[in-house]
Amino acid sequence: MRYVLAIYENEKKMSVPPNSDAERAMNSEYFAFTESIKKSGNLVGGEALQPTSTATTVRIRDGKRLTTDGPFAETKEQLGGFYLIEAENLDQAIAIASRIPGAKTGCVEVRPVVNFTNMG
Amino acid sequence: MSTPDATLERTYREHYGRIVATVIRVLGGDFAAAEEVVQEAFADALTQWPRQGIPHEPQAWVIRAARNKAVDRVRRGVRLGTRVDELEAVARIEQELAPPPDGTEWQAIPDDTLRLLFTCCHPSLAPEAQVALALRTLCGLTTEEIAHAFLVPPATMAQRLVRAQRKIRDAGIPYSVPEADALGERTHGVLHTVYLVFSEGYAATDGPELLRVELCAEALRLGRLARSLLPRDAEVASLLALMLLHHSRRRARVAADGGLVLLDRQDRSLWDCEEIREGLAQLDAALALGARGPYTLQAAIAALHAQAQRPEDTDWAQIAALYAKLCELSPGPVVELNRAAAVAMAHGPEHGLALVDDLDTSGRLTDYHLLPAARAELLRRLGRDDEAVASYRRALSLVRTEPERRFLEERLRELLGT
Repeated sequence: MRYVLAIYENEKKMSVPPNSDAERAMNSEYFAFTESIKKSGNLVGGEALQPTSTATTVRIRDGKRLTTDGPFAETKEQLGGFYLIEAENLDQAIAIASRIPGAKTGCVEVRPVVNFTNMG
Repeated sequence: MSTPDATLERTYREHYGRIVATVIRVLGGDFAAAEEVVQEAFADALTQWPRQGIPHEPQAWVIRAARNKAVDRVRRGVRLGTRVDELEAVARIEQELAPPPDGTEWQAIPDDTLRLLFTCCHPSLAPEAQVALALRTLCGLTTEEIAHAFLVPPATMAQRLVRAQRKIRDAGIPYSVPEADALGERTHGVLHTVYLVFSEGYAATDGPELLRVELCAEALRLGRLARSLLPRDAEVASLLALMLLHHSRRRARVAADGGLVLLDRQDRSLWDCEEIREGLAQLDAALALGARGPYTLQAAIAALHAQAQRPEDTDWAQIAALYAKLCELSPGPVVELNRAAAVAMAHGPEHGLALVDDLDTSGRLTDYHLLPAARAELLRRLGRDDEAVASYRRALSLVRTEPERRFLEERLRELLGT
């Protein structure tokens, strides 16, 4: 199965200041993690996201498209990035998600991806 | 000579969960389909046994019926939880669900029951969904029974169960026993679920009494099941000991008028000696396995109470020491309050009161009636009656259940001499 690992962090209280040693350390932690799931064959894809101020939400209501500024829902944490992984089952996906550096400061949402070929 | 109904009920109680556990696996992890198959098999028994007589091997009869229905289901092309080749699936079902040879018991595959237990208690399911799913699938309780026991409308419970089954399928929750590195953590979740079922039944002072008692019995069944499936796990043995030792007092805990009877006023001749003996044996087994966790400490405390012939024989010093350890291991205001009560019994009310006052000023238990109730009790024993009255009144302003309110009012009346 394929899973999206969505990483939530608090944008306003960014855990590390930009261009600091802490940021460089965090980046290298992410690079190491990415490299490790690339090697293990679990990585399908993934991106870092721009902050929610750049986000747009699109809805279709009564067949009409509504475009609004901002993220889908406002909470303390904002979506900061995601990994798309291939895992055998939810347990493996959770195990990988818990290795994401952001899991320590924010949270990671594990969401199964709809498998269109398996639908009746 | 037993009646078809009695035989059927016994067969259902003993084997429903075990048969479902295997059918779920042979049907590729499809909970809903497996439940239907096994329930239809029992429904056939319900109509056929009174007419044809009780089969020689009731359990084998049900398994045969379930197997035929599972095969039918695959042949009818009902979509399974995972893609399986029809012929392969049929062959597997026939092999895995082969009724036992005459005169032998069908040995359910213990791994399947273990798989089912871990799947029902998967941490990605909400705790209330775990509890409902375990009672429904492993214990064979009906949706109505579970809804009744948890005081929610049957439709709500039905929806909760459907959602849980759907999540198992759509999120890919595996039908498996977790890997060794995750087993400890996951076992903890299983025990928590079992304990939740037990506490719900044990602590309840409202709701339909009989069904609540049933919840305790089901929790014990799940506890025994976990114990037999995970014989090397010390915390499993501890939890079983804890539940047995608490359950042994059930007849002495409730007065004729439905009110709660505290430990020191219970008629100890009503305690269930058999369960105490079993509980103590499980605790010994747990300690031999190296158990030192929160369930062990709580079971040890319960064991000390169970071993006291009279309230004054209670080894309070030991109990206070165990509570101190429990506070370190799983800190929490309620545990600290219990510790304060034990310290008061062991070393004098003034020492207990100091701990209660610390807890009170920390503000971590502001809305909990048992804090001022405990405080009032200690003040009374210290002869500070005016302060005790004030504390009882504060407890009464917070208490929520009727039996506890009556208990506090009675204490207050005693103190005021009215």
